[in-house]
Amino acid sequence: MNVLVCVKRVPMTGGKIVLTADEQAIATQHLGFTISPHEECGVEEAVRIVEQHGGESVVLTLGPPEAEEQLRDAMALGMDRAIHLVIGDDEDWDAQATATAILDAIEAEHAAGVDFDLIFFGNESADSGGYQVGIRVAHALERPIATGLKGVAVEAGRVRCEQEVPGGRDVFDLPLPAVVTVKEGLNFPRYPSVPGRMRAQKKPIASSSPTAAPARLEKVRLVSPPGERKEAEILGHGPDAAPKVVELLQRIGVA
Amino acid sequence: MSVLVVVEREPGGVDELSLQALALARTLAQGASIEALAVTPPSDTVSQGVAATLGEHGVSTLHVAEHAVFGSYAPTAVAQAAVELAERLQPAAIVGAGTERGNEVLAHIAARLDLPLAANCIAAASGDPARVTRLRWGGSLLEEADVHGAPTLLTVAPHLVTAERAPAGEAAVEHFAPTLSEADQLVRVTDRAEDDTAGGVSLADAKVVVSSGRGAGSPEGFGIIEELADLLGGAVGCSRAVTMAGWRPHTDQVGQTGTKIAPDIYIACGISGATQHMAGCKGAKTILAVNTDPQAPILASADYAVIGDLHEVVPAISAELRKARQT
Ligand SMILES: Cc1cc2nc3c(=O)[nH]c(=O)nc-3n(C[C@H](O)[C@H](O)[C@H](O)COP(=O)(O)OP(=O)(O)OC[C@H]3O[C@@H](n4cnc5c(N)ncnc54)[C@H](O)[C@@H]3O)c2cc1C
Ligand SMILES: Nc1ncnc2c1ncn2[C@@H]1O[C@H](COP(=O)(O)O)[C@@H](O)[C@H]1O
Repeated sequence: MNVLVCVKRVPMTGGKIVLTADEQAIATQHLGFTISPHEECGVEEAVRIVEQHGGESVVLTLGPPEAEEQLRDAMALGMDRAIHLVIGDDEDWDAQATATAILDAIEAEHAAGVDFDLIFFGNESADSGGYQVGIRVAHALERPIATGLKGVAVEAGRVRCEQEVPGGRDVFDLPLPAVVTVKEGLNFPRYPSVPGRMRAQKKPIASSSPTAAPARLEKVRLVSPPGERKEAEILGHGPDAAPKVVELLQRIGVA
Repeated sequence: MSVLVVVEREPGGVDELSLQALALARTLAQGASIEALAVTPPSDTVSQGVAATLGEHGVSTLHVAEHAVFGSYAPTAVAQAAVELAERLQPAAIVGAGTERGNEVLAHIAARLDLPLAANCIAAASGDPARVTRLRWGGSLLEEADVHGAPTLLTVAPHLVTAERAPAGEAAVEHFAPTLSEADQLVRVTDRAEDDTAGGVSLADAKVVVSSGRGAGSPEGFGIIEELADLLGGAVGCSRAVTMAGWRPHTDQVGQTGTKIAPDIYIACGISGATQHMAGCKGAKTILAVNTDPQAPILASADYAVIGDLHEVVPAISAELRKARQT
């Protein structure tokens, strides 16, 4: 089983998002970076599948040079090697361009003799939330795709996919090779071990620089949602505030 | 020119989020006709009620795609039916609801037509390019964007556009049988695993949610949270710091990558108010924060706050509630 996981580097915003002066991006001077929790679960699942079935696990990102950090993190958790499609720091590729670049990388792997039986995406990226890169790649590869999964089980050339819906789980049963998009809650990702981190430093990263197609979903500017910042009315301090809280609950009609 | 809306049905009617999608579609149509697509297996019938509801929301024609595969959810088949219909209607835009399924079907349409898709829009203006405002970061930020190419493909963010009636008389109903290849029908729901933990109040629908974060200190710290939730007939929620620590299951997590909630009141105890957490509770009518830190970011999103240790404040609220009920 060869498994590919696609991840995207995003800033870890805290309690408040500050935009750059040109309104094109989030000001990230004081922020750390991460990947979406959905994608973390994709990495964990890929590592488990290869532990169980053998084969190779590969992590891919399209991102700035600094995104090597996210590739090393994934390899520290057990991914075998990485593909880095390097783009400029302030470039924001749309979903179509991203999917095309990922597809080209998959085809280059194929030309080099590596075919992926299963490809993982997050259900949606943390920053753009486009809900589409995985579907575009699956369509171009003419492979089946199931999305938003909280259960993935590989068995005898097929993958059983479970999607959480109100009242239960819907099941899709796909033949391999296939593509899946997953959600946080799929599994409980492990923490990287110190030896894992050391090994990750020596694992190979294949870098290349794709050329950007013009954006067809073209960002004009980012804005903060209106009416965000208010000041909470302080009902009191410590347990003495309890009567005020109960009054509030009664006023709202839930007490 | 028309605008085509892919509608989702629910037992006995049209899903509320599809009605919201119709409202945004009308702003995009600017008087051009609104066409709707629904899918059904041949044995089933789309009730007259559906056509009536859609008519009340401005739809002139409901196109019903009939095929055996539509007996269960089959995303690529729905997308192919929409593509086939769009070839005939040549709509200026194709719109879906910003549900998991709406986003999935529209993404399949976008892949088939090799066009951009703007997911989770709250506003849209037609034109070449079309201009949309859409959610990013789970709704913590908005993006204004130009969508190039025709038809314009978009989904409508849930609960941010109001469904409004725009009576156009009962929608005409036209049936068609889409041509679907085997590959189009390959991905479909083949089984349903029922939830055996059913019962209790579901987090997504609860009128009251009491939640806690790292401030709970331990899994045992949730005892007092559960007690207050029980007293109020509500559900327990938590932050990602809690699920990451293994204190609660991920099904309890509120936020961008957890459950989105819309209770009458959200009581968030020992939660700092990270943007990704708040993305999950924007639908709450009232937010009450309990936090030791008067500077915690959540105080800028909450309506009310109690400054103090949740281990003292929460039991005091429960005790006060019991007292109030006895008198
Ligand atoms: C892409 C992405 C997606 C994410 N998705 C989610 C998501 O869906 N949901 C989510 O919750 N997070 C999510 N996160 C994580 C999020 O950024 C925060 O890390 C997380 O919400 C913090 O949890 P917390 O508030 O419990 O912990 P902390 O930030 O550590 O805050 C603890 C708070 O408790 C207060 N406190 C401490 N002790 C007490 C006490 N005894 N009494 C009262 N108050 C006390 C402190 O003052 C502090 O405000 C996501 C992050 C990323 C990058
Ligand atoms: N720049 C990128 N590099 C690698 N994978 C990506 C990138 N952008 C998106 N993806 C993958 O596609 C998924 C869906 O992204 P989106 O369509 O933007 O919501 C993400 O969760 C990632 O798995």
